[in-house]
Amino acid sequence: MLAVVSGALYATFATVQYRWNWTGVWQYRHQLMAGWLFTLCISAGAMVFSILVGFLLMTGRRSPWEPVRVLSGGLVEFLRGTPLLVQLLIGYYVIANALHINEPFLVGTLLLGFFEGAYLAEIFRGSVESIGASQREAARAVGFSVYQTYRFVIIPQAFRRALPGTTGQLVSLIKDSSLLSVIGIEELVQRVKAMNSASYTALEGYLPLALAYLAVTLPLSWWARRLERRFAYET
Amino acid sequence: MKLEARHVVKSFGAHAALAGVTFATADTAHVVALLGPSGGGKSTLLRVLGCLLVPESGEVIMDGETLPNDEAGALAERRKNGFVFQGYNLFPHLTALENVALPLRAVHSMDDQAADARARELLDRLGLSAHENKRPAQLSGGQQQRAAIARALAPKPRLLLLDEPTSALDPVMTGEVLDVIRELAEGGQNIVLATHEISFARLVADWVVFLADGKVAESSAAEVFFTRPKSALAQQYLEGLSKYR
Repeated sequence: MLAVVSGALYATFATVQYRWNWTGVWQYRHQLMAGWLFTLCISAGAMVFSILVGFLLMTGRRSPWEPVRVLSGGLVEFLRGTPLLVQLLIGYYVIANALHINEPFLVGTLLLGFFEGAYLAEIFRGSVESIGASQREAARAVGFSVYQTYRFVIIPQAFRRALPGTTGQLVSLIKDSSLLSVIGIEELVQRVKAMNSASYTALEGYLPLALAYLAVTLPLSWWARRLERRFAYET
Repeated sequence: MKLEARHVVKSFGAHAALAGVTFATADTAHVVALLGPSGGGKSTLLRVLGCLLVPESGEVIMDGETLPNDEAGALAERRKNGFVFQGYNLFPHLTALENVALPLRAVHSMDDQAADARARELLDRLGLSAHENKRPAQLSGGQQQRAAIARALAPKPRLLLLDEPTSALDPVMTGEVLDVIRELAEGGQNIVLATHEISFARLVADWVVFLADGKVAESSAAEVFFTRPKSALAQQYLEGLSKYR
């Protein structure tokens, strides 16, 4: 399949008669590598934070107290309903500025985590709510408290059901991290743009860019499928 | 044991599943059968008696002690009981052994070894020792229900409540499960059993509560109920059920 895709790509580029110039990419390899590592670090931090945010918002939406439910629901709708670009600009240049936090790396990680966390909250909520009433009743019947019911019965079963959706969202998160350049974070896409303008090339940087993202997202998907198999059981 | 209910009401939305249930068993009842047509309130009453559901009003008295009407009290109370459901309701992500051992550790504070030993003892007694590492989906219906009985019995419950335990099973598996329940009844376990298996109830029960439309139509000693039922509803029900068996 790889050979077919490469062949098709080569043929396409050959038809448009693009003149490749790879010297710029080679000269900038250290900067590109640094950008890639930056993207990795921010994504890893935002992933951990987004899972935390997703879990909290999911719990909030299922809370017995109405104000908490309304607040969590509103946050989810706001975060999912507005563009990440706007959230980053307002969040960094207005809110973080007002709070005197001048750490683009930290603020960027948190903002990205909030945005993706809202999507994860709904994925988590869907899987938790798909665990049937008979399982909850069985948990009550053996004497589990509410906490124990979640800990031993609902979360372990919901975890497996949430895995495919969560993986997709985390892959999106890695790609969405490219928007962080708007608040001055020199991640991979930003470095590629810089390289393109400095070496008067248009497309050379973007092919390694795509490969660099795939180098992270493919192992992530592979690992998630392994997890799915490990937790697979018939119901 | 003596089980007593006074004016117990439990509704689901506008539907009153129990519309003022009142009965009292003899002081020495061991196996109480809840009988009656489907939708009559058997399952709801069973859950209220076992503190799995809290009634809106009325009280349930067991051996002179009134059961709590709040969730925290009900949790403490239902930890003394064991439940078996029509659909087995085992935890599908856990093995048979873990299904039995986990509540012992988490709820009854047993250490790992003691919980595993107790779980193995029960699975062995119910003929499941060869299957302890299988998940529910790898077991037959009868085996699943026996595992569910093992789970309910493991903490040595004061009262074992069985809600139509054989309704989802074929005749052979039904036989397997009824044998187990009969053995338990003969061993002196206090049991509340909601069932449509009339001949089985006749064999093991010593008290019958007959429910229809959320009310008690008759509550009497089993021998009286099965030989000379007083209410017309119970007579019809018994005749209808004995027609083909």
